[in-house]
Amino acid sequence: MTLTRRKFLKAAATSALSVIAVPCISQGFELEGRMSLGPKALKARRWAMVVDMNKCRDDCADDCLIACHEIHNVPYIPKAEHEVMWLFLEPYENAFPERSHRFLSKRVREKEFFLMCNHCEDPPCARVCPTQATFKREKDGIVMIDYHRCIGCRFCMAACPYGSRSFNFRDPRPFIKKINPEFPTRRRGVVEKCNFCQELLEVGRMPACVEACKEGVLTFGDLEDPTSAVRTLLSEKPHIRRKPDLGTGPSVFYIV
Amino acid sequence: MFNKGWVIGGIIIFVAVAAFPFYWYQVGRDKPFPELELPAKEKRCVESVDFMRANHMRLLDAWRIAVVRDDLLIYTSAKGENFEMNLHKTCMGCHTSRDRFCNRCHDYNNVVPPCWDCHFAPSEAVKDQRPEVGVQPPAQRGLRPGARSEVIRVNRKGGKS
Repeated sequence: MTLTRRKFLKAAATSALSVIAVPCISQGFELEGRMSLGPKALKARRWAMVVDMNKCRDDCADDCLIACHEIHNVPYIPKAEHEVMWLFLEPYENAFPERSHRFLSKRVREKEFFLMCNHCEDPPCARVCPTQATFKREKDGIVMIDYHRCIGCRFCMAACPYGSRSFNFRDPRPFIKKINPEFPTRRRGVVEKCNFCQELLEVGRMPACVEACKEGVLTFGDLEDPTSAVRTLLSEKPHIRRKPDLGTGPSVFYIV
Repeated sequence: MFNKGWVIGGIIIFVAVAAFPFYWYQVGRDKPFPELELPAKEKRCVESVDFMRANHMRLLDAWRIAVVRDDLLIYTSAKGENFEMNLHKTCMGCHTSRDRFCNRCHDYNNVVPPCWDCHFAPSEAVKDQRPEVGVQPPAQRGLRPGARSEVIRVNRKGGKS
C-alpha cells in the first residue's frame, strides 16, 4: 500500500484535529473523593403522606404550614398573584372538585384541606420539563426541583393538575421574615414547591409539617413497605386521593 | 504608495485610539492579587488547596448533583476525611464571609457566579431580619382570588373561631 501525499495530509489533519478537540469536548474532571449516604438517612422506596382530616383541628392548622414555610424560606407575598406556597389550605370543593356536591356534610364542607405536592408516581411536571430541572427520584419517589437548572418556563405549572407549584415572579428574599440559614432561598424566575423535606430525611428527621403537627394528622412513611405506618393506616381506613382518574398516582392520601 | 505619510500616520492614530483601554488602564499597573481571609481556627479544607483553588466550582457542581439527584450526603475526601455536602454548613461554616473570601477573588477575576441569588453566608443571613414582613396570616392562608366558595364565606361569617 502506497501512501500518497494527499492521503497523508488528510490523516495528519484529522488526527491533529482530534487531538485538539477531545480535551475541549470532554470535561476531564474527576473528584478524588467518594460520596455516600448520610449515616442517619431515612430510606424508603416511595415516600408517601396520609392526612387524617378527622384529627385536623381548625385552630392550629397554621402550625404545620408556618413550620414548613419558615424552614424552607418560603416568602410571604401579600399580593395573591405573586403568592408562593409549598403547603396550602383549601376547602373540600377545591381540593376534590370532582367529588364535591351540594349534599356534603357540614363537617366536610367547612374543613380546610391540607394540600401540597402529591409527589406523583408518574409526575406530569417532570415529563414536560425541558431542562430536567424537575425530575422524579427513582430511589425514593420524591419529585424534586433542581433550582439551578430551572429556566422558569412554567410548563410544569401548566402540567400539574394540583396547582402545587408557585412561580417566583419577584425576588423572594425581601418577603422572608426570618431567613433560615441552613436552607437556601430561591431567586426570581424559578418555580418552587414542596420537596417532602428531602433535606431533613437525609439527616434522619421527619418532614417539618409532620414534626410540627401535634394532633397526629400527618403520617409519613414508605408506601412500598407493607409494615410502614402509612400502609397500616391505609389498610385500616377508607381514603381518597386528589384526581386519581388522571393517572398521575399521587402519594398523598386523605382520610375524610 | 500614495499619501504615505497620511496613511501610516492614520493607522498609528487608529491603533492608538483602539488600544486605548489596554494601555490606559492596564499597562504598568498590575493589580495585586487580593488577600483572602482564611478561617482562623480551621486549617484543613475539603481537598488540597491547589485542588480547591482550581476546581472548587466543579466540586460544588458535583456535590449539587449528588445531593439533589442521588440523595447522597457525605463526601469522603482523598485524605479520607468526611464532610457533609452542604455549602451553607460545610463551606461557609469556615469561610464565614462571602465578601472577604469568595467575592474578593471573583471580583479580581471578573467572575460573577449566580450563587448569591439563592445561597448566602449563614452568619450574614441571620443579621438580615425583616420584622416588617408578616407570616401567612390565618385570614389569608390558602386564599386565592375566587377560590373560596360562597358557602365557605357564609360559614366563616357564621362565627367560626
